[in-house]
Amino acid sequence: MKALMFGWEFPPHILGGLGTASYGLTKGMHANGDMDITFVIPKPWGDEEKGFAQIIGACNTPVAWRDVNWDFVEQRIGKYMSPQLYYDLRDHIYADFNYMHLNDLGCIEFSGKYPDNLVEEINNYSIVAGVIARTIPCDIIHAHDWLTYPAGIHAKNVTGKPLVIHVHATDYDRSRGNVNPTVFGIEKDGMEHADHIITVSNLTRRTVIEKYGINPDKVSTVHNAVIPLDDELLNLKRSESKDKVITFLGRITMQKGPEYFVEAAAKVLQKNKNVRFVMAGGGDMEQAMIRLAAKRGISDRFHFTGFLKGKDVYQMFRDSDVYVMPSVSEPFGISPLEAMEMGVPSIISKQSGCAEILDNVIKTDYWDIDAMADAMHALISYPALHNTLRDKGIEEIHGITWEKAGKKVIDIYKKVINDRK
Amino acid sequence: MKSVCFYFKIHQPFRLKRYRFFDIGNDHYYYDDFSNDEIITRLAHQSYIPMAQTLLDMIKDNPGEFKCSISISGTAIEQLQLYVPECIDLLKKLADTGAVEFLSGTYAHSLAALEDPEEFIREVKMHDDLVEHLFGVRPSTFANTELIYDDDIALLVNSMGFRSVLTEGAKHVLGWKSPNYVYTAAVAPDLRLLLTNDKLANDISMNFNNPSWDEYPLTADKYVDWIASLPEQEQVVNLYLSMDTFGTFLPKQTGIFDFLKALPRFGREKGVRFSTPAEVLGSLKPVGELSVMHPISDIDEARDVSAWKGNELQNEALRKLYGAAERVSMCEDRRLKQDWEYLQSSDHFFYMSTKNMADGASHAAFSPYDSPFAAFTNYMNVLGDFLVRVQEQFPESIDNEELNSLLLTIRNQASEIDSLKKEVKNLRTNILNADDSNNAPVAKPETPAIADKKEPEAEPKTEPKATAKAEKAAKPKAPRKNAKRK
Repeated sequence: MKALMFGWEFPPHILGGLGTASYGLTKGMHANGDMDITFVIPKPWGDEEKGFAQIIGACNTPVAWRDVNWDFVEQRIGKYMSPQLYYDLRDHIYADFNYMHLNDLGCIEFSGKYPDNLVEEINNYSIVAGVIARTIPCDIIHAHDWLTYPAGIHAKNVTGKPLVIHVHATDYDRSRGNVNPTVFGIEKDGMEHADHIITVSNLTRRTVIEKYGINPDKVSTVHNAVIPLDDELLNLKRSESKDKVITFLGRITMQKGPEYFVEAAAKVLQKNKNVRFVMAGGGDMEQAMIRLAAKRGISDRFHFTGFLKGKDVYQMFRDSDVYVMPSVSEPFGISPLEAMEMGVPSIISKQSGCAEILDNVIKTDYWDIDAMADAMHALISYPALHNTLRDKGIEEIHGITWEKAGKKVIDIYKKVINDRK
Repeated sequence: MKSVCFYFKIHQPFRLKRYRFFDIGNDHYYYDDFSNDEIITRLAHQSYIPMAQTLLDMIKDNPGEFKCSISISGTAIEQLQLYVPECIDLLKKLADTGAVEFLSGTYAHSLAALEDPEEFIREVKMHDDLVEHLFGVRPSTFANTELIYDDDIALLVNSMGFRSVLTEGAKHVLGWKSPNYVYTAAVAPDLRLLLTNDKLANDISMNFNNPSWDEYPLTADKYVDWIASLPEQEQVVNLYLSMDTFGTFLPKQTGIFDFLKALPRFGREKGVRFSTPAEVLGSLKPVGELSVMHPISDIDEARDVSAWKGNELQNEALRKLYGAAERVSMCEDRRLKQDWEYLQSSDHFFYMSTKNMADGASHAAFSPYDSPFAAFTNYMNVLGDFLVRVQEQFPESIDNEELNSLLLTIRNQASEIDSLKKEVKNLRTNILNADDSNNAPVAKPETPAIADKKEPEAEPKTEPKATAKAEKAAKPKAPRKNAKRK
């Protein structure tokens, strides 16, 4: 089966969970065999893992004719894709886009990030999708998250093939209910044009059905999984510390509920002085949190690291005794799974999607500061609990594989294609 | 003539309220009164009371032909006394008929048998005292918490004077043997064992209301027939059933109470009688020995003790709890003693089970907690507060042995001082008498002591005596550590 996927991020150059999930899922589907996947991203860097999918960069796809020879193409974009593919794509240009700002290969520039002119970039991505869809034969189109829905719709219109959209998050999660009308519009449009919608949790599935008014029959949940970590990360050494460390790691934004973490920390510190709290990450609520910690009089035991990336993230897990994710609304939330794989017991909010599939974690309501503080205290005071959650957690994570998730997605493809016949 | 022994189990624990770590040291009341009240009242009205009335009717309608036994825990009795005293009255009526045997057991439905022999002995005695006080007869057949049993427990129970024990007819222990005989314990030849027949008990508790069962519907006629048609040598069928099954899991509308009421009639026709364990043991001879190396119980698929001791959480909680047993035994604070009882209930540990699959579901169904981790956390918080209170009773720096002898010294001192005071008084009167007579005769032999005894510090004299006594008294405590299980 041939699938044409549209995504926005791809490891190792990722900004959030979307890239990791797209990568894991694609790899998991490939492992099920008999899948021929083309994965489109705005801007490849050349160091993406290949082999399980053909990666096409929107920034390397011509939308206007340029007379360029093989050697020139090879030299310019050979690192990202074969010149032959460039010529194939060039043969399928469907309109004259010379009025746009194009480079010497006739391609549109993409940042591949989340720039201020994001809506314009989304639109351009959809223009490019028209060329790709005309070039690459496929049985099904799969679009990851709202940024790529317009591209997916365009590809569907061009090819007449069914469209599956994958909802990794909705604007309701990001905004605690105050949605951006433009984003909401794009999301709703994508959902309505889709033949089937995959959500990363039942929580998100309910949002799609209730907030976007989508027919429940065409919405299915496929929970995310976790990619096994490299030994290099698993074998990181723990830094020396006399104190127990309890960590919050993620964007410090309204969605992630950082203030509940600070309040719970204050409760624990009233009773137990031998513990430190770390808030790792950046975000628009960082300063407010620094002020809140000061107001509660716990700044001497409450630390901010700023934004962490790469190996630092895993070093942070390694140095932690407890990981807390108090998200107010989390479509899935991959980081507790990573913490658990590193052997760090986690406390997660019941309002997060991963709570639906995890057993060996402590679940509390995000607003229940008492329960959260109690769980923190228990994990640092009762070694038996810590050890049990650590050991059983690792075991549990090893059973959550992308291959299983990939299988579910393939089954959905088959059903959607059959329904068409 | 075959005998059927019905054993109806009644137990409820004192469930803990939500107790956070910041309550430790501030709040010393641990129980969820609301849910304890609600649950026992509901069960009593749906199950215990209609069931007791059914049994009363059956006994009245079939004089001398229907008998049964009841195993009720001390905590269940306390809760019934508190919330549903009319239920206790019914149980008393049952006892008064003489057709109901009350079994011995642990007071709090505890795991003391596995953890601490000395505590176990105390628990059983406390339970039997209460049963005797309420129902007028001291129990003679022992049924441990969820029928937990092994060779060590056999020895222990035997040493306490019991001659019969009810336990689980576990397949992995019996092998090809049938549970429908009386056996003896291999380690204690005069301790007789009655074994439960799970298949026939499940046909009532699980299958009576199960339309997909191939024998559905179950009638009293058919059921008694099955028992009557067992091989001739198999003379006793022990049916151990939780009383709350009747009326809740098997609601009244299923006809379960009518099923029970019809049993004696068919029993009469087919030569099956309904007896108490004491009667059965009086009439049947044991056919062989049973050795049980590893503890068995009537819970979960494995029929072992993994429901309570199956993971690190449970073992840790048990270790911390029974680690305080010796200290608590020296305390005299009434509330502390009461909490000690309630915290021992096996249910608290059952809730901490992390088993999944079929067994996990039954653990979750009865648990007031979201997860085993929440159960553990809450229990450990409560235990944390409890242990602080235990420590506050006596300074921590003194070890148990020393403390024990000091306590004895103190207790002895009171009587010592009393007797010395008397002596002083006697001697004073003697001296006065002597002065009066003016002609002092030779002083009595005690006189040399007078000088010392008048001083308030009589301690140097009394101490050696007291320590000697203390050592004697402390002796039985010594084997405790060795007797403890690993």
